[in-house]
Amino acid sequence: MEDKKGFIAARVAKELKDGDVVNLGIGLPTLVPNYLDPSVSITLQSENGFLGLKAQADSEEDAPYIVNAGGAPAGIEPTGAFFSSAASFGIIRGGHVDATVLGSLQVDEKGNIANWIIPGKMVPGMGGAMDLVVGAKKVIVAMEHTNKGKHKILKECTLPLTAKGQVNMIVTEMGVMDVTPEGIVLKEYNPEYTVEQIQEATEAKLIIADDLKEMAV
Amino acid sequence: MAKVKQITQKEAVGLFKDGMTIMIGGFMTNGTAERLVDAIVESGAKDLTIICNDAGFAGKGTGKLLDTRQCKKLIASHVGLNKVCGQQYSAGELDLVLVPQGTLAEQVRCGGAGLGGFLTPTGIGTTVAEGKSVVEVDGVEYLLEKPLKADIALIKAYQVDAAGNIRYKGSTRNFNPMMATAADVVIVEADQHVEAGAIGPEYVETPGVFVDYILEGGSN
Repeated sequence: MEDKKGFIAARVAKELKDGDVVNLGIGLPTLVPNYLDPSVSITLQSENGFLGLKAQADSEEDAPYIVNAGGAPAGIEPTGAFFSSAASFGIIRGGHVDATVLGSLQVDEKGNIANWIIPGKMVPGMGGAMDLVVGAKKVIVAMEHTNKGKHKILKECTLPLTAKGQVNMIVTEMGVMDVTPEGIVLKEYNPEYTVEQIQEATEAKLIIADDLKEMAV
Repeated sequence: MAKVKQITQKEAVGLFKDGMTIMIGGFMTNGTAERLVDAIVESGAKDLTIICNDAGFAGKGTGKLLDTRQCKKLIASHVGLNKVCGQQYSAGELDLVLVPQGTLAEQVRCGGAGLGGFLTPTGIGTTVAEGKSVVEVDGVEYLLEKPLKADIALIKAYQVDAAGNIRYKGSTRNFNPMMATAADVVIVEADQHVEAGAIGPEYVETPGVFVDYILEGGSN
């Protein structure tokens, strides 16, 4: 597949509903708004303190005053609002964010997620990720299925956790999976792969949905 | 509460002493009082504990205090955009405490609001919970997080009036409004200085009662 990231983002976009308040992680998740159906309008939350995030700065005068969660210049919708970091995380922890979409290093069948540290190698800090995965109503992990062939969807995460039991859905270039109390259910598969190939690329034992569908974007 | 005092850059330099705990507002240096950070550098104060959302960048924000090695301990949520921070931490030269961003914001808010701490679901089941009390409320587990306070807070305002009332602009408020409440000495650097009352009570976000000093001149 040529554009794995675009394909994953396009499928995630179908999960978002008109009116949703959404927080997008850095990287692949920021592509999701490009694929929204025109009938779906969402409000983006920026953890550093506003609702109504726009990718582009509104004017040169405003540019130094508005940045996104990656510290890059951004803009705000006319219906947006600025607030402090305390209020921002009140919105996040308080369940006022409908969905968060984020990448991950590892996810496991209990819905645990590890995406903030590789001890001894990468210690960037968790930023707002721990609050987001705990507070958002729906946590969607959007990532490539494996790390160059190495399993990322595991029986049990081996890296330090970002949060315990918070992941609801995993979208990769191979398929769409729900995390349930019974385990990870494969709901949709990309017909470029067989179900056997998807299982091989997954350490956790997949439960195949009775109504398994082809993944369409 | 003494009246708010205008100070020069030189007078600001004199406020920073070895071993102090200093809060620096800003998010990836958006909303960071850079002239006041420069004043810390000029003071030469060492063994500082810095509380800031992040490590800034090399030569910018909190990053300046890593470059000069004046920062001995850093309490932050994200340091990935400053390589110097990672290098000093890996070499055992920097005491780095990583805190979830929402927890950090609330710790500072609690510090300024006279609260003994708060209960958050964030960090349960992770290394963040190590050494902390877990409290169960109605069947849900929460971590007990304690307040944070500081000797000095550096606040970046868009406008400050002569009474110390502050108005922020855009996303630059971030940690500034909470930090302005949580330190013994609060210094404000502003883009615009206006006469007392000019902001208008309806638009003041940080009341002047929290502010001790206003740095003369604009901002970098």
